[in-house]
Amino acid sequence: MTNIIEIAGLAKTFPGGIRAVDGVSLEIRAGEFVTLLGPSGCGKTTILRLIAGFETPDAGRILLGGRDVTDDPPYRRPVNTVFQDYALFPHMTVGQNVGYGLRISGVPRAETADRIATTLRMVDLLEKIDSMPAQLSGGQRQRVALARAIIRQPKVLLLDEPLSALDVKLREAMQVELMHLHEKLGITFLLVTHDQREALVMSDRVVVLSQGRIVQCGTPAELYDRPATPYVADFIGTSNLMRATVAAIEGDEVLATAGLHRLRGAAHGRRFQPGDKVLLSIRPEKAALVTDGSAAEPGANLIEARVTEHLFHGHALRMELDIGQAAPFIVDLQLSAAVETLRLPQTGGRVAIAVPPANVMVFPAEAQP
Amino acid sequence: MSATAIAEPRRRRRRDPSFWALGALVGLILAFLYLPVIVLIVFSFNDNIVTTLPLRGFTLGWYEKMLANEEMIAAIRNSFYVAGAATLLTLLVGVPAAFALDRADFPGKTAFRRLVMLPLTLPGIITGISMLNLFRVLGFNLSLETVILGHGTALVAIVITQVYARLMRFDRRLEEASSDLGGRPWQTFLLVTLPNIRSAILGSALLAFTLSFDEIPVTFFLTGRDNTLPMYIYSTLRRGITPEINAIGTIIVVVSLALIFLSIYLLREPQRRSRAT
Amino acid sequence: MKLATRRRLSALGVLAPPLLWTLLFMFVPYAIMFTYSFYRKEFPIFIPDFQFGNYLQLIQDSQYYTVFFRTLKIAAAVAVAAVALAYPLAYFLVFKIRSPSLRAALYMAVIVPLWVSYLLRAYTWKTILGSEGVLNSFLVWSGILEGPTDLLLYNQFAVVLTLTYIFIPFVVMPVYTALEKIPRNLIEASQDLGVGPLRTFLGVTLPLSIPGILAGATFAFCLTFGDFVAPVLVGGPSGTMIANVIQSQFGIALNWPLGAALSIVVLIIVLSIISASDRLERAGRLNLG
Repeated sequence: MTNIIEIAGLAKTFPGGIRAVDGVSLEIRAGEFVTLLGPSGCGKTTILRLIAGFETPDAGRILLGGRDVTDDPPYRRPVNTVFQDYALFPHMTVGQNVGYGLRISGVPRAETADRIATTLRMVDLLEKIDSMPAQLSGGQRQRVALARAIIRQPKVLLLDEPLSALDVKLREAMQVELMHLHEKLGITFLLVTHDQREALVMSDRVVVLSQGRIVQCGTPAELYDRPATPYVADFIGTSNLMRATVAAIEGDEVLATAGLHRLRGAAHGRRFQPGDKVLLSIRPEKAALVTDGSAAEPGANLIEARVTEHLFHGHALRMELDIGQAAPFIVDLQLSAAVETLRLPQTGGRVAIAVPPANVMVFPAEAQP
Repeated sequence: MSATAIAEPRRRRRRDPSFWALGALVGLILAFLYLPVIVLIVFSFNDNIVTTLPLRGFTLGWYEKMLANEEMIAAIRNSFYVAGAATLLTLLVGVPAAFALDRADFPGKTAFRRLVMLPLTLPGIITGISMLNLFRVLGFNLSLETVILGHGTALVAIVITQVYARLMRFDRRLEEASSDLGGRPWQTFLLVTLPNIRSAILGSALLAFTLSFDEIPVTFFLTGRDNTLPMYIYSTLRRGITPEINAIGTIIVVVSLALIFLSIYLLREPQRRSRAT
Repeated sequence: MKLATRRRLSALGVLAPPLLWTLLFMFVPYAIMFTYSFYRKEFPIFIPDFQFGNYLQLIQDSQYYTVFFRTLKIAAAVAVAAVALAYPLAYFLVFKIRSPSLRAALYMAVIVPLWVSYLLRAYTWKTILGSEGVLNSFLVWSGILEGPTDLLLYNQFAVVLTLTYIFIPFVVMPVYTALEKIPRNLIEASQDLGVGPLRTFLGVTLPLSIPGILAGATFAFCLTFGDFVAPVLVGGPSGTMIANVIQSQFGIALNWPLGAALSIVVLIIVLSIISASDRLERAGRLNLG
């Protein structure tokens, strides 16, 4: 497949010396759903605005469909944007908003009307065609913004935190709708969000950003299972992070000491030497609890712990445990038939945390983020 | 709203003596503000050459006399020409200036803003005299056109402040959205920016028109042989009062009230209006 | 061409006309006026020079500084009187009128005269105060006076009265805005603490509204300072103000250099008052946090 977006060495510094984008290179294939993920201020929105043409880069090139558009104004770029707060034209009806992109490029009236109707039907808002944006709910405005952006059938649809203004339920429904729309239209979606769950649910690929740089780029599964840095491990899902020192290397396994604990972890191809300072990362849902009666998986690490807190999360139970380190260790237990809540250790109870070595990720300590 | 809940018990307390004392004082001040205007209107219909009490009887004679006064009609025509052209000029200069203040960063921006806003607080005579000096140096003959330039300079700040205020509230992302959807800069301006600031432009234009129509200090120094209406009234007044002035004054008051209310309506925040629908 | 460069060029296109206009019709005229103020008058023309004779004349000739002081006095009186009348008006609207629509309507009623013909509003006072005017004839008709008096018109009082009348709306505007900004709960808190209404006013409301008072008083003062229409209509010889003197230098007296010097002095006084009140206002705002 061909690359629809190619970005090379993009950099942007704002007045006041803030380096919003600091040497970003990225390639996106046609039809992909890619998400730029990161906390606010990581430069994700600036990258989107640079691609749309609202900002001009200090350095680097932007290619859309093989054409260099770095010096093109927004209206010559084959992309359309869904804005964070929708930016609907307040003085136009829904129909006029959606048809704006056709009207100004001189598409005949009859065809414009047809395409407005088709597009509004696609987002299920045909009956609001003559309403003003101010009369719509947040979710409806969102869909008008979508319709307005896709009516020109752009090569790439840019979405700037499109769901952040919606409440949780609506947001989840819209995530599904966006994915369906992506399948139906077959165009490339580039989404910006700070919500890692949104990113994992919808995207083919996620680009994690920090301080204007790409930290890691991969499928949701790759990011989750093989985070490149502790930053990613903590940002995608949550992680228990422990400072440790490498004691020995055994094949692809690393033996490390963290305080009183000795843990086996997976190096995943990274090279360590005994004596190296490392960070161990363990996902709360990949640890199990071993009480007196039950047996641990053979070969698993066992960490002595004391239960300090029970937090019910509906479908899961989060337990905070004291393992003699500054931060509590978190274990998430899925509440299924296999786990009987009544037999769980009570607060203050002594247990062991069992983690197979494959679920202990080892990072060089200096690689932050 | 919680305010109504709080206001309820106070409604009874409202009839405290301070309310009535203050209310009476305010009534007097309002009367002070409006009585002279009422006097003007009443005496324009009074059948007496002297503006004195008691009233003598109703007449439309002063209006007839006014309409027959060719000098005054010429002055009115001049005033329309001056105010119309000056308003156009304030828009041509003021709207771009408001955009520049809102969007551009350039050296000397603060100085530019201060200078261009100066005529709002500066006595008109200073503007008038400084421009008289300029025209003398340039070798211009004084005429209605020099008056137009003077009014344009003195009143441009009104357009700038109003349009600038509206632009500050205008969401720039609407322009980005238009540009994103393929709108050229001129299309974006005409279809998106202008409709959102149009009422501010119209409102301030009406205000500038009203003020230009009434302007004396700048006109006094910059006019040639032709008189505008206020200059004509001003020069007649120095000779003495005639009820004809009351008649034309009444018309001016009524028309300018209408224009002012229209401009205030247009200058209101656009959101408030749309929410009513 | 680079996108950033193109954007900068189009911004320049928007920027250039108003900048040139301001330069040509505001900056250059002030500069010329400033230059003229150093010229020498040699009847019937004036010749380029650089000398301070015109400014010296303003200090030495009592004719000029008397008018200057009179103008300062009248402008101060107008500012004080306009604030004294506008303040209760604004206070009443903000704190005593509960219905927002009634408040808006009354506010409009006060503000609208501001834009209604300045000349006519000055002129009506001539018809009211004149010896055959409305007030005189009313006083005679009602028996308070035996015959008409000419004490009402053509004096400094008439000028102060007329200009106060004209500038009240100008003062109401900023005072109203300042009062509206005071958080209601601050006043309620003060009253809840058992502080009486008068002490609440003096301790909370008044200090917080000082920026508005300053702005309003500055408006009234500066606009009065340069007014020449009201003195001509209702002031008479004893009500002559500095703008009338300037006007005659550019008219009958034909002494442009002296007129320019006078204008420069007026300009400096007005500008320093504006910037002083600006600074005071800002200082006041900082104190509020």
